[in-house]
Amino acid sequence: MQQKKKNRFRDTCLTIIVIVLLGCFLHYAQNHFNGYAIQIINLVAVNAILALSMNIIYGFTGMFSLGQAGFMAIGAYVSALCVLTPEQKEMMWILDEIIWPFSTIHTSFFVSVVAGGLITAFISLLIALPVLRLGGDYLGIATLGFAEIIRVVITNATPITNGALGIKGIPLHANMWWNYGWLLFTLYFMIVLLRSNFGNVFKAIRDDEVAAKVMGINTFKYRVISFCIGAFFAGVGGALMGNLITTIDPKMFNFLLTFNILMIVVAGGLGSLTGSILGSVIITVLLEWLRIVEEPMTILNFEIPGIPGMRMVIFAVALLVIILFRREGLMGMREFSWDSVIGFLSRPFNRNKNADTGKEQA
Amino acid sequence: MTSAMFIQHFFNALTLGSLYGLIAIGYTMVYGILRLINFAHGDIFMMGAYFIFFGTVSFFLPWGVAAVLAIAAASLCGVIIDRIAYQPLRNAPRISALISAIGVSFLIENLALVIFTGLPRPVVQPEWLVKPLAFGNVRILPLGLVVPAISFILVAALLWVVYRTKPGLAMRAISKDIETTRLLGVKVNKIIAFTFALGSALAAASGIMWALRYPQIHPFMGVLPGFKAFIAAVFGGIGSIQGAMVGGLILGFIEIMLVAFFPEFSGYRDAYAFILLIAILLVKPTGLLGEKLEEKI
Repeated sequence: MQQKKKNRFRDTCLTIIVIVLLGCFLHYAQNHFNGYAIQIINLVAVNAILALSMNIIYGFTGMFSLGQAGFMAIGAYVSALCVLTPEQKEMMWILDEIIWPFSTIHTSFFVSVVAGGLITAFISLLIALPVLRLGGDYLGIATLGFAEIIRVVITNATPITNGALGIKGIPLHANMWWNYGWLLFTLYFMIVLLRSNFGNVFKAIRDDEVAAKVMGINTFKYRVISFCIGAFFAGVGGALMGNLITTIDPKMFNFLLTFNILMIVVAGGLGSLTGSILGSVIITVLLEWLRIVEEPMTILNFEIPGIPGMRMVIFAVALLVIILFRREGLMGMREFSWDSVIGFLSRPFNRNKNADTGKEQA
Repeated sequence: MTSAMFIQHFFNALTLGSLYGLIAIGYTMVYGILRLINFAHGDIFMMGAYFIFFGTVSFFLPWGVAAVLAIAAASLCGVIIDRIAYQPLRNAPRISALISAIGVSFLIENLALVIFTGLPRPVVQPEWLVKPLAFGNVRILPLGLVVPAISFILVAALLWVVYRTKPGLAMRAISKDIETTRLLGVKVNKIIAFTFALGSALAAASGIMWALRYPQIHPFMGVLPGFKAFIAAVFGGIGSIQGAMVGGLILGFIEIMLVAFFPEFSGYRDAYAFILLIAILLVKPTGLLGEKLEEKI
């Protein structure tokens, strides 16, 4: 018991140190890195939030949902509508006048992101009530359908969303502090959630829904809760992405976006928060790094023309390789813990000691 | 709306619907056997269109020969996809195969984008297919008659294969119980490959006729028709070939007629199919003609 308490204290200290180090790194990056690198660092955070939001729905509760892009679209549009000034909106809506409540709203950035998340969660609740009666791949197709419907509605609801023209000139509020702040909050929330009884119920539903039902769990209720929490963070991620890229239009939120996030979650490991974070770092950086193949290169005086689009081909092959040869992804269902890190780091030092006490530990 | 216009819309809808139906059959056959949504099916459809384009424009083949070659090539692609991306995952969780299918679909689309470039290509239409026929004041493209006719012949041929031949019998047996069928000595993987070949051939045929009807082809042309055809398959009852055709026709009629009667909502055209999907899933998840699928525990 004493040992456990001590460990917890140690873990908290280590976690705080890591967060402080992350803060120092971000501070350093902000002052010394160029805009492109900063953009990538920001994208890592936003992708991580989105991956976590998908992981809670799919990796932890076992609902194959492909509606992520639709939720992001709602979050991004709500946030953009909140954060723009009335004058800007009046200038931008050319095709149709912007209608009343939306034309006068003007909130701070934080409020706009929260509003984006909450409204997304509310709409996801409306979607969940009918759709979550389905299971398996039917659910995937139905949620995909909803994402498409959301996109079509946004394209056509010109008085609210400015239609296919999209919204431009969103002020770049989403700096690194906001993005990583939201990421930390998301991560903390998920850890607490998954350690609580909710987490156990989610995993029970994922592993065997019938058994969970037999145990007296109202599985439908918990599935809806998980779906809405995931949607909330997808909305937040979408809002941050909109504020980061500063331009949104309906075409942006197509199936490819969902696919990217799915790729991160699968590569990192379904049902592992650590995996989602690692996956988003690796995939985001890899996707940017792969731009090399699209640009002309010179190797030993040979000019190799860049192949536009090759990036996504490699990306798709990578997904296939992962799913065919390492289905559980990077982390499987394992999670990061300080115990394992310390155990791993101290292994070379006390190998001899372990040989003696090995039996006891086992 | 005059009756002449209605008749023209009717033939447009019949054409579109039978094209959806042909694609939907491939989805329904694969789903019936493997319980897998073959996301790459819409891309086979796209490749059929590209093969016919290159056959006629680059190699100057006559239309008939090019069409047969394109269909054969597309079937081969279907079999290769099954061998590489789906067969290793037969015993994996179904979701893994589904993700693999999404990966293959993206691979084909982006590969097509690299190889064929994103530029839309114009397909050469044979003269006699696009010269409108006049019946009184009704003007109909010969395509509007030829496409449904060919489609129905193909479906009839497929039904004959499935219900009157040995491989068809094996296919139906696999869809009931794959393990027992294997124990009875049927080469299951061969039959599944045969299923993919048949489905892909129909998708390619549909792609060729689509390219004739809407003569602009591009690497992403298969995405939306693919989704809609899947919806048609679900609507008609997944696993049922007749159901897929009926679902495709209904979807074609809904799309064309809603746009014809309510032009102000034409921006929502691509959403109709998805609304239809969600409605049918909620009211009758097994579709119009589908058998009840019991989830095994």
